[in-house]
Amino acid sequence: MEFLVASAIGVMTAAGIYMVLRARTFPVVIGLSLLTYATNLFLFATGRLAIGQPPVISAAATGYIDPLPQALVLTAIVISFGMTAVVVVMALRAYLETGNDHVDLPGDASPEAAEDDWKLRARKPAPATARSGRGERA
Amino acid sequence: MNHLLILPILLPAVVGALLVLAARHDGVLARTFAVASTVLLLAIAVALLVLASDGQVRSYALGAWPAPFGIVLALDRLAALMLVLNAVLGLGVLLYAIGGWDQRGKHFHPLFQFELMGINGAFLTGDFFNLFVFFEILLIASYGLMVHGGGGLRVKAGVQYVVTNLVGSSVFLIAVGMIYNVTGTLNMADLARIVPQVPAADQALLQTGAVLLLVFAVKAALVPLHFWLPGTYANAPGPVAALFAIMTKVGAYSILRLYVLAFGADAGAAAWLAAPWLLPAGLLTLVLGMTGVLAARSLGQMASFAVIGSMGMLLATVAVFTPQATSAALYYLIHSTLAAGALFLVADLVAERRGAQRDRFAAAPRIAQGGLVGGLFFVAAIAMTGMPPLSGFIGKLLVLDGVRASAHAAWFWALILTTSLIAIVGFARAGSFVFWKPHALPAAPASAYRPDGALSFVAVGGLLACLVLLTVFAGPVHAWLELVAAQLYAPAGYIDAVLGTAQGVR
Repeated sequence: MEFLVASAIGVMTAAGIYMVLRARTFPVVIGLSLLTYATNLFLFATGRLAIGQPPVISAAATGYIDPLPQALVLTAIVISFGMTAVVVVMALRAYLETGNDHVDLPGDASPEAAEDDWKLRARKPAPATARSGRGERA
Repeated sequence: MNHLLILPILLPAVVGALLVLAARHDGVLARTFAVASTVLLLAIAVALLVLASDGQVRSYALGAWPAPFGIVLALDRLAALMLVLNAVLGLGVLLYAIGGWDQRGKHFHPLFQFELMGINGAFLTGDFFNLFVFFEILLIASYGLMVHGGGGLRVKAGVQYVVTNLVGSSVFLIAVGMIYNVTGTLNMADLARIVPQVPAADQALLQTGAVLLLVFAVKAALVPLHFWLPGTYANAPGPVAALFAIMTKVGAYSILRLYVLAFGADAGAAAWLAAPWLLPAGLLTLVLGMTGVLAARSLGQMASFAVIGSMGMLLATVAVFTPQATSAALYYLIHSTLAAGALFLVADLVAERRGAQRDRFAAAPRIAQGGLVGGLFFVAAIAMTGMPPLSGFIGKLLVLDGVRASAHAAWFWALILTTSLIAIVGFARAGSFVFWKPHALPAAPASAYRPDGALSFVAVGGLLACLVLLTVFAGPVHAWLELVAAQLYAPAGYIDAVLGTAQGVR
């Protein structure tokens, strides 16, 4: 079980970091989620891994599991959930207002950012030809 | 228990909630309540400062749960000092924001109160996980403030800011988990008691956790974790950037508090873990920040890099970990917070008056009230670069003197003096470009800008007046800061005050 939990945390952290380092906001949000899942799981495991043990005092108990990490994880889950919602809203707003979903500020962004810009694309005549092409096929 | 201790957290929380509920559509009511709350907060902070000046550490057990099990707040001289600094800066920034910024978006005042609450909480808490919670509170409020007023560029910079801090929070939680795993406690005083007794087999885990705690450096903008700061501060609304001047100091405060208390002289194998990382990183930050001042393309960016540079100097001085160096660092901390706040406000004054050019270093016609704004910039620049006669000069002198005993003193002297020169060149260039160059241009047609009321100038002038006071009373202030450092480096008092509650001694 230790190996399973440890490798799950490791894989999720690695995937999360990889995704956070992507250039667009959507993979970054996914990466943040993965990273917070990994953190929560890690925090959960800090109370030692045990199965079938009660967290609160009971007369029939033969042993206990640490209840504190469970409380901490609950707090951390709520906070990370709220934060993910905030970052999604802000990313959407940034996409709508600047025209592209690249993470970099305009001065530092790669040329791709301009190519992906929906505002610029809307102004170019390119969509018109695309539409006429579709018309021919129909 | 003295209930005054919880008021710096409770008051902004209650007022912030009231503002959301009752004063959403009433600008005047919101302003009145916000200013009243911040003034009251300043009064409470000063009362706590007087209370803490007797050298006794006071703890406040929330819900009367005894110390290592419940969450405690602890007030010592350092915490009281930071509370006062936060309230002073908050009041100045709030007065400036009332000049018009607060009406450019919704919910400025509630977010502002919650921000103050989070910062106060981070200064007061004696519990590790609670520190994380207060960090999140101040961050959530700062996300809202950062994108206040909207605009694509600002929101995009906001996304970067949020993502950086979320990753930082995750690393912080991992560090908390590692340390809890080894020591079984989240109470800082209890941690200080247990760390020396950690067996050798667990040291690797404990020390990894302790080094990971350097994630505080994300908030303190330490190289190489500083990349978020220029984009964020330069794109944030002026008054918000000015308030953020204290947020970097929250990172520095946490480093100082935790490493001196729990990983200090008594920590055995884990003693002074942070120093070998913090000191070179701090000096590198100083060089990078001040070089950035020279390379900046706008006033806001320049102020941001000046903040990075000053944080570098502050953290490098903290990393010496001696009482003399720490008292010098604290003096510089007070100074650089107020100076950076004033500088961001002046940059905003300029940006508001230059129309489309904002505060960029590009040719623009003369600005309204140019003499007055230029004068304020001149004073703020003198303070920020550390030239006589203002407190920046005294702060740098104290730092140079405080690190003399350190093995790395030569590095400090060389880098601080060189970077000061670089910063002076950078600020001189910026000032002459923005305020003098326009006189060579043909006079512009009267701009549409209507000079706003005197309140903005009162706010900037107030912050600069605090710097003058800090200069005039440098002697007594530094003597008091030596007491702060002495209390910090004698953690037994803190530990007894917090854990004593458990034994019913109080």
